[in-house]
Amino acid sequence: MKAATPTHRALLAGAAACVMALCSPALAAPGAPDADGFVTDRAFEKHLAEQLLDARPGDVITIPEGKWKLMRGLSLTAPGVTIRGAGRDRTVLSFAGMVSGPVGLQVTGDRFTLADLTVQDTKGDGVKVNGTKGVTIRAVRVRWTNPDKATHGAYGLYPVGCTDVLIEDSEVFGSSDAGIYVGQSDNIIVRRNRAEQNVAGIEIENSTHADVYDNVATGNTGGILVFNMPNLPKPGGFTRLHNNVSEANNTPNFGAKGTAVSIVPAGTGMIVLANDDVEIFDNVIRGNNTVGIAIASDYSTNYKIEAGSPGAHDPYPERVLIANNVITGTGGAPDNALFPAAQAILAAGQSVNLVWDGFARSDGGDNGICVAAGGDKLVRLDAAHPGQLTLIPGRDCSAFPRQKAVVIP
Amino acid sequence: MSTRLRLALWSLLALLLGSALLGRAAGESGLAPGAFPARLSAWGLIHREGGMLKARAGSVTYDLATPLFSDYALKWRVLFLPKGAKAAYDPDRVLDLPVGTVIAKTFYYPLAPTAQPGGEEVLKAHPADYQTGVGGLRVGRVRLMETRLLVRRAAGWIALPYVWDEDQRDATLERVGDTIPLTLVDGAARTSFVYVVPGTSDCAGCHAPDYTKGAINRIEPIGIKARHLNRRFPGAFGDINQLARLVRLGLLTGKPAAAEIPANVDWRDARLPLNARARSYLDINCSHCHSPVGAARTTGLWFDQGHEHGADWTNPTRTGLCKQIVAGGHGGGGRPFDVAPGEPDRSILLYRVGSNEPGTMMPELGRSLVHAEGLALLANWIARMDGQCRLASEVR
Repeated sequence: MKAATPTHRALLAGAAACVMALCSPALAAPGAPDADGFVTDRAFEKHLAEQLLDARPGDVITIPEGKWKLMRGLSLTAPGVTIRGAGRDRTVLSFAGMVSGPVGLQVTGDRFTLADLTVQDTKGDGVKVNGTKGVTIRAVRVRWTNPDKATHGAYGLYPVGCTDVLIEDSEVFGSSDAGIYVGQSDNIIVRRNRAEQNVAGIEIENSTHADVYDNVATGNTGGILVFNMPNLPKPGGFTRLHNNVSEANNTPNFGAKGTAVSIVPAGTGMIVLANDDVEIFDNVIRGNNTVGIAIASDYSTNYKIEAGSPGAHDPYPERVLIANNVITGTGGAPDNALFPAAQAILAAGQSVNLVWDGFARSDGGDNGICVAAGGDKLVRLDAAHPGQLTLIPGRDCSAFPRQKAVVIP
Repeated sequence: MSTRLRLALWSLLALLLGSALLGRAAGESGLAPGAFPARLSAWGLIHREGGMLKARAGSVTYDLATPLFSDYALKWRVLFLPKGAKAAYDPDRVLDLPVGTVIAKTFYYPLAPTAQPGGEEVLKAHPADYQTGVGGLRVGRVRLMETRLLVRRAAGWIALPYVWDEDQRDATLERVGDTIPLTLVDGAARTSFVYVVPGTSDCAGCHAPDYTKGAINRIEPIGIKARHLNRRFPGAFGDINQLARLVRLGLLTGKPAAAEIPANVDWRDARLPLNARARSYLDINCSHCHSPVGAARTTGLWFDQGHEHGADWTNPTRTGLCKQIVAGGHGGGGRPFDVAPGEPDRSILLYRVGSNEPGTMMPELGRSLVHAEGLALLANWIARMDGQCRLASEVR
């Protein structure tokens, strides 16, 4: 265990070879706590950065209790390292004054664990893990506190290009893109997390074999998203969303113009966009002002369709199962400013529990979308005739090819 | 005698002579505190001699066709090969440099006429300020910032940042980097900024070229590739091609005929095609991440000019043409395409290269200032590009 004890810090502060001309007053540490109780302590920051630099497989780096204001993003490249705080209410790392980064903590080492701390107010993403095998994020909080949401970073917890990803018991508040975002990864569990006041609460994008369950997404623009975007090296598929609560996601969209999430209507419970082999079951989806679950193709976005060429992005959502969800309280104030293909129905002031934009791979086809009997009817928009729609009643989906639960080795 | 044996003997000799550092560098696998000297001078690579900073005999000063922008700092690059060892040519990747190689890159600024040595005021460099470094660096009127050592050991490369002391006599290892306030003086314009010395772990942010094979923290140099070196530069044997010089010095094997060697161009050379200048600029400034295997492989936007892991300029979307934003938060600036021909104001590339806000700016690391001249080159390139990008909503 390597902890920056107060004695150790004092020694470091004394020994820090800080040539005066190279130290601005802001760097002369440690200072008194600021109005929010955060301490700028250059020796602490240096020691922490050195601990990450010197980490070896098996190391547990503990960050002591305190509200620490850091100037620079942290990075870890060694494999097999655990970084642990004293609890997310006790160890808080603020990057509000960061001069370089832009990520709060950037990790490229395999078999990485992060637990029990808060990362806040990063200029860019909160915690980014790139290209590693084995990521565990447990009981971590990422948040942005500036009332000006345009200053908020894009992703809170952000594994990308990873395999074997476990994110649990964590929470993300206020990201301007997705709170918990898993991109271009494989074999993923996202469970028992809370995502609140983000544009997208939880987003699984261009990833495969993701199990998303027992999460609460509330107060976002859209609760839980499963996206497959064009022009990226890895296409996604095979995602299960189950036993989640997606509630009152009615925050006006504050995503940056042009980003994928900027088209999400406020009041969205869940969206499947151009993703295949998705199961949505046993969820509670309530109080979302526009739509419970939306199934959409690239034609409902502003993305150019790349049909035809080999390896082209598949614009259609296919083989989507919707079963045994409780969808209530949808409606009230539908947001029809976005999501072009849904505008026709939403302009009429209706809100819907289940909607599909209706773009099918073959004429009259259903893209393998199966809504199980006993729940809501699926509102299918007519791609060829804007404004027209079909109500598709539930049916027997027992033949739908089910996926196995994800296991993280 | 095998190369390995020769190297071992050389290392032993170095050890016996009291210059044990390279031998240790070659042998150690980890990067433990105290494993490397606290002072740059202890390496015996670079020393002060009167008003000059000089490199050890047998080293080679070199320059790149187009360099990475680093807040207008000038850079003195020196290659130190172990005695008797040679580099091997590679058409795309970094030259294959033997264990024991050290590359020293010293960052410095000309001093403003009124500035105190070691002070905060530095000058934006003009061609007249440029020093080749061949024969040493005149240090009387410069502010030395940092010297980064890249050291090739048996276990791979490591990076060590040394920050120059106030008195400019020596530099001190700062493994976690440093932040140094400066004011850049350009005529009447004065810009205060924080010069950020990257720490050793930051180095992987740019110097880890391949995220697809595990062991992502394996780093390597960026600039010392054939296409960046393939230019004339003064030195031993006169103002000749740098790769030819390395061969004549007996330091490089496997170099093919000149016509077969890829060449990036000088981004500033207005006589050359805009396309080649812009691609050379994007290559050195972006492609250490934006390649099919780099840190930004997941963006699908690739600028590497090499072939093996190179950008495919025949696949326009992969190099940003009409490529719509898929992520990046506020990094898009509300613009629809990475590169929109003829429409600089609709091109995200220019928004990000033109920003100095962490989270938006590109590159993410290594600068606090906008490179106005580089930005102008890219804007000009895009403005004159043929073609047109339209959003689905603009054509439906």
